[in-house]
Amino acid sequence: MSLLELKDVSKIYGPLKALDKVSLTVEEGEWVAIMGPSGSGKSTMMNIISCLDTPTEGQVLLDGVDIAKENSKRLTEIRRDKIGLIFQQFHLVNYLTALENVMVAQYYHSMPDEAEAMEALEMVGLKDRAKHLPAQLSGGEQQRVCIARALTNHPEIMLADEPTGNLDEANENIVLDLFRQLHKAGTTLIVVTHDPEVADVAGRTIILEHGKIKKEVINSKEK
Amino acid sequence: MKKRTMFFRMITASLIRRRSRMFIALLAIAVGATILSGLTTIYYDVPRQMGEQFRNYGANMIFMASALNEEGLTSDILEQGLTQIPDSKIVGCAPYRYETVTINNQPVIVAGTDLQGVSKTSPYWFVDGEWPSSNGQILIGKQIAETLSCGIGDTLLMTYSEEAIENPEQPDEVPDRGLNADAVNIEFTITGILDTGGNEESYIFMSLEDISELTGEGPYDVCELSVSASSEELTGYVDNITSRDLGITPRLVKRVTQSETTVLTKLQSLVFLVTIVVLMLMMICVATTMMAVVTERRKEIGLRKALGASDRSIVVEFMGEGMMLGAVGGLIGSFMGFAFAQAVSVNVFNSTITLRPILVPITIVASVIVTGIACLIPVRRTTEVNPALVLKGE
Ligand SMILES: Nc1ncnc2c1ncn2[C@@H]1O[C@H](COP(=O)(O)OP(=O)(O)OP(=O)(O)O)[C@@H](O)[C@H]1O
Ligand SMILES: [Mg+2]
Repeated sequence: MSLLELKDVSKIYGPLKALDKVSLTVEEGEWVAIMGPSGSGKSTMMNIISCLDTPTEGQVLLDGVDIAKENSKRLTEIRRDKIGLIFQQFHLVNYLTALENVMVAQYYHSMPDEAEAMEALEMVGLKDRAKHLPAQLSGGEQQRVCIARALTNHPEIMLADEPTGNLDEANENIVLDLFRQLHKAGTTLIVVTHDPEVADVAGRTIILEHGKIKKEVINSKEK
Repeated sequence: MKKRTMFFRMITASLIRRRSRMFIALLAIAVGATILSGLTTIYYDVPRQMGEQFRNYGANMIFMASALNEEGLTSDILEQGLTQIPDSKIVGCAPYRYETVTINNQPVIVAGTDLQGVSKTSPYWFVDGEWPSSNGQILIGKQIAETLSCGIGDTLLMTYSEEAIENPEQPDEVPDRGLNADAVNIEFTITGILDTGGNEESYIFMSLEDISELTGEGPYDVCELSVSASSEELTGYVDNITSRDLGITPRLVKRVTQSETTVLTKLQSLVFLVTIVVLMLMMICVATTMMAVVTERRKEIGLRKALGASDRSIVVEFMGEGMMLGAVGGLIGSFMGFAFAQAVSVNVFNSTITLRPILVPITIVASVIVTGIACLIPVRRTTEVNPALVLKGE
């Protein structure tokens, strides 16, 4: 059984089909990049996979459970237990320190554990910035805190919508290195990007256009 | 780490590190709590304060000789009457003797009294000059001072003779006062002029010793009492003294005792009303602030939901913040309220009050409850936040 399976998924906003009968299968441990022009439905698809939104039609099987049919309370639980989210705008809680931001995810997931949160920060190389507030961190550092927050609960799937969209090249490379580590450790990654370099490091690239999968590319030169 | 520890860590961080916004809400709560605890203190203290105030208004009980008492109100009889009222309740006691004397052949009423007691039973007396401090000194009513055209420091020669008083209209029949064997002449010094706005202004006041020297021993005409007791207690004393047949007819000065009660009730309901209004204003201010806070933090709410927070846990967190704010505001307010009540008490009633420790927890609980209610509607709005929408763009 595949970890994630989308079957004829559509999301319709009035006359607009943001997603139009999209089918996609993602295996455990895979690294998938999603590309496509603005408005092609990338974020819409990510929101459905991350249980933040439900499709108008179709089936979304996550671990064999059809999340298209679940109510919002169940969706929150599934998201909490299985999904790690990384955002383009980082979305850190601005009055909490880096460490506390990581602990917030633990708090909603199970139990806050300062040592474990510290480990996650160490993994992204921010152990010495644990007590800093987001405003005292650079954009790249904030994104690394966001990644630490996503990985601290050991999610089954890590979803990142434009994770490097607000970063310069140096920080982009740091983030990509972290993704490589996670990938090696067996985490399933789905990354939306505009940047071909970011897409290239994934094992597979899906290209969306007008809510449909236009093309799928297997990247041979996996690193 | 316990979940609860993290809960408090999050909400305290939110309150402390996001100072400016919360400061407004805290200020509103603290002001509300100040008024609440201050007015409650005054509310409970007013009866005591007002009691004293009204006692200051003058005597609230008088003793007179009863109809069947032929001796009059002698000091022995008065003494017995006074034993029927607990000493601690008697704020002041002033027995009066009135006699008529002549000054330059003009009849004048002099009152002998315990001037110390008068200052308690009639504290509203305004004396220009000094109260008499030794025998031979007198207070003179403003009106009579004008009639006699005399002032502070002047001396007055008073003459007392039974005949002279009995025939005041025909002083010519006593050709030489000095030859009247019964006449007593004593010179008194005026130390102060009495201004009361009442008929005391036409009397001369002197000590009981002086009046005895001038007119001879005699019973009191009336005794004014200032008793610190509720109207029920006062009625009790009156009934008791009447039934014991001591030769005294006690009477309550109704005007004062009744107005005391009505003014008190009115004041207390006013205080109650003001408290309600202030609490409502505080609620509105907290609700508005919380509404703005929820709107301002929609992204954070969306993020928390994206991280797996249930609607319920977010409601609990925001309520937690609100109520903690309520507790801190209540704590500040309970002490500021005491200071406020103290200031009012000193300025209005001229007396101090003691802090009632029980009011501290009561104020805290009350402001937590009021804040909690004020937060209900704004906090409910957190459930409407859709994480997919708020996390989307910049
Ligand atoms: N809540 C919504 N209501 C109506 N239309 C929406 C809504 N969300 C998205 N859309 C529309 O759906 C289409 C797909 O949007 P989506 O955000 O998935 O694009 P995207 O591929 O992520 O674009 P970008 O690269 O600019 O982020 C767009 O045309 C958008 O206007
Ligand atoms: Mg997008």
